[in-house]
Amino acid sequence: MTTVIELERVTKSYPGVTALHEVDLTVGHGELIAIVGPSGSGKSTMLNLIGTLDRPTSGTVRIDGHDVASLSDRQLSALRARRIGFVFQSFHLAPGRDARTNVADGLLYTGLARRERERRAENALVRVGLGDRLGHRPHQLSGGERQRVAVARAVAGDPAVLLADEPTGNLDSASGAGVVELLRELNAAGTTVLVITHDHEIAGSLPRQVPMLDGRVV
Amino acid sequence: MAALSPARLRLSDLLRLGGYGLRSRPLRAVLSALGIAIGIAAMVSVVGISTSGQADLDEELAALGTNMLTVAPGRTMFGDDATLPDDALDMIRRIGPVTSATAVGSVGDTSVYRTDRIPPGETGGLSVVAAQLDLLGTVDAELAGGRWLNAATARYPAVVLGAAAARRLGDVPAVYIEGRHYPVVGVLRTVPLAPELDNAVLVGWDAAKSYLDFDGHATRVYTRSIESQVEAVRGVLAATANPRNPDQVDVSNPSDALIAQRAASSTFNSLLLGLGAVALLVGGIGVANTMVISVLERRAEIGLRRSLGATRGQVRTQFVAESLLLSLLGGVGGVLGGCLVTFVYAGTQRWPAVVPLWAIAGGLGATLLIGAVAGLYPAIRAARLAPTEALAAA
Repeated sequence: MTTVIELERVTKSYPGVTALHEVDLTVGHGELIAIVGPSGSGKSTMLNLIGTLDRPTSGTVRIDGHDVASLSDRQLSALRARRIGFVFQSFHLAPGRDARTNVADGLLYTGLARRERERRAENALVRVGLGDRLGHRPHQLSGGERQRVAVARAVAGDPAVLLADEPTGNLDSASGAGVVELLRELNAAGTTVLVITHDHEIAGSLPRQVPMLDGRVV
Repeated sequence: MAALSPARLRLSDLLRLGGYGLRSRPLRAVLSALGIAIGIAAMVSVVGISTSGQADLDEELAALGTNMLTVAPGRTMFGDDATLPDDALDMIRRIGPVTSATAVGSVGDTSVYRTDRIPPGETGGLSVVAAQLDLLGTVDAELAGGRWLNAATARYPAVVLGAAAARRLGDVPAVYIEGRHYPVVGVLRTVPLAPELDNAVLVGWDAAKSYLDFDGHATRVYTRSIESQVEAVRGVLAATANPRNPDQVDVSNPSDALIAQRAASSTFNSLLLGLGAVALLVGGIGVANTMVISVLERRAEIGLRRSLGATRGQVRTQFVAESLLLSLLGGVGGVLGGCLVTFVYAGTQRWPAVVPLWAIAGGLGATLLIGAVAGLYPAIRAARLAPTEALAAA
């Protein structure tokens, strides 16, 4: 099993606070992991570091074989564009644009031509079960559907890692379960998935849990 | 492990990105583009109007000819009014390249009234001028109505009114000068090369002598010369008109005066251009302001784009592109507005409407420059935003 994510003695401090204390974590290719813990336990900080949106204060973060510390901002951007997909609690969809455009926009920084982006966007939307919602704008979709659009955007570029930060946080339990089921399917098809959640039921249903407390993996 | 380098944004994608921000808030885009539009419109229309005026003047001068020279008495060395010698006109006519010459004489101390009922003193500022029969051809004057003096009417009380004099006196069958009624036989159109005739009430040379104590001295001689010899004629006119005191003769070229008069209005133009520049500056500040607000409002979008793999440079380029599109919107509107103003104004003045290409290109160039400058700072701020911070803002 190849390693996709490797955190070695990773510490992240902000002025006055240490959000992560010497965390070690290894995630292999094809894993499906729940990161659980109360708010303030450092889950999101860790996800930001794994997603290369932030750099550690000390320690080593290695994503898909790249040592984040040795990469420039441009190289990190390229890494995010090709290898990492994000799903956020609040969806982050552009309000005036239909599902297809929102998903295709996620591929804007991969260098693909517009037509190819739209083709892949349609495929991704079909894959998340929204093949009949291509032309719908976010306000015409339910919360669960919006999050599915966001998931489609994250996986349209076929990333090595999918990072989901509280993907069910804004959804009712039925929609939330649907989204988790979708993540499970994507994982079954080969994508490595990390899900942040404080819902223990969801966490318990996933193959591996990483419990966190006060900035440490416990 | 492949080397990591970010993909370039295609130009078409960049334009779509820039337009996206504007389309999501169309009213704001239009309002902030309006400032630029007003500035550009002001500048384009000022340049357009003065160019159209120039084009009209050029046409006018081409029609009128620039070969007219006038000779008038100047002042003696003691500061008194000089007079031209009696034979001045004949001498001038003998200059080779002079093709025609004619004289008018101002009849001093006479006032013109509509009727004998008007109290003396309310003269209306009109002057009585004695004219020779060949005046019209030499100064290129045309009749608006009636007829010109002829050998008969030139000897008897009869007048032809200049255009302004006719307007001031109204449609009268006769005017009242020095105790006598003079029938109005004709009215002139405006004479561009001899504007002094517009205020004149013209009487025949002999009639002026017989009825108005005209002393027979020419107060202005109009000449036409062969076009290529105008400067040479100008050089000898003074000495020919008054060989004894050539320094007491004023020689001038009325087309030069017309050009000078139009040039005087260019000071006014530079004032308007300055105002246009100020409007443009204010418009630029408006665009910068809009862009700063846009960056603040769209922090979540910036964070999302960074997470999707946008580099700092690509975020910066997106906002600069948006700013450029915004000011270009204003610039195009301004150029169209400026052209419209020019066409309408030129239409009312019966000028040929001309907007020079350099003014249009300059206007659009200026808007692009403003857009780039106004957008740069907000774009740099957007690019510097840390992705995590930007995402947390939502």
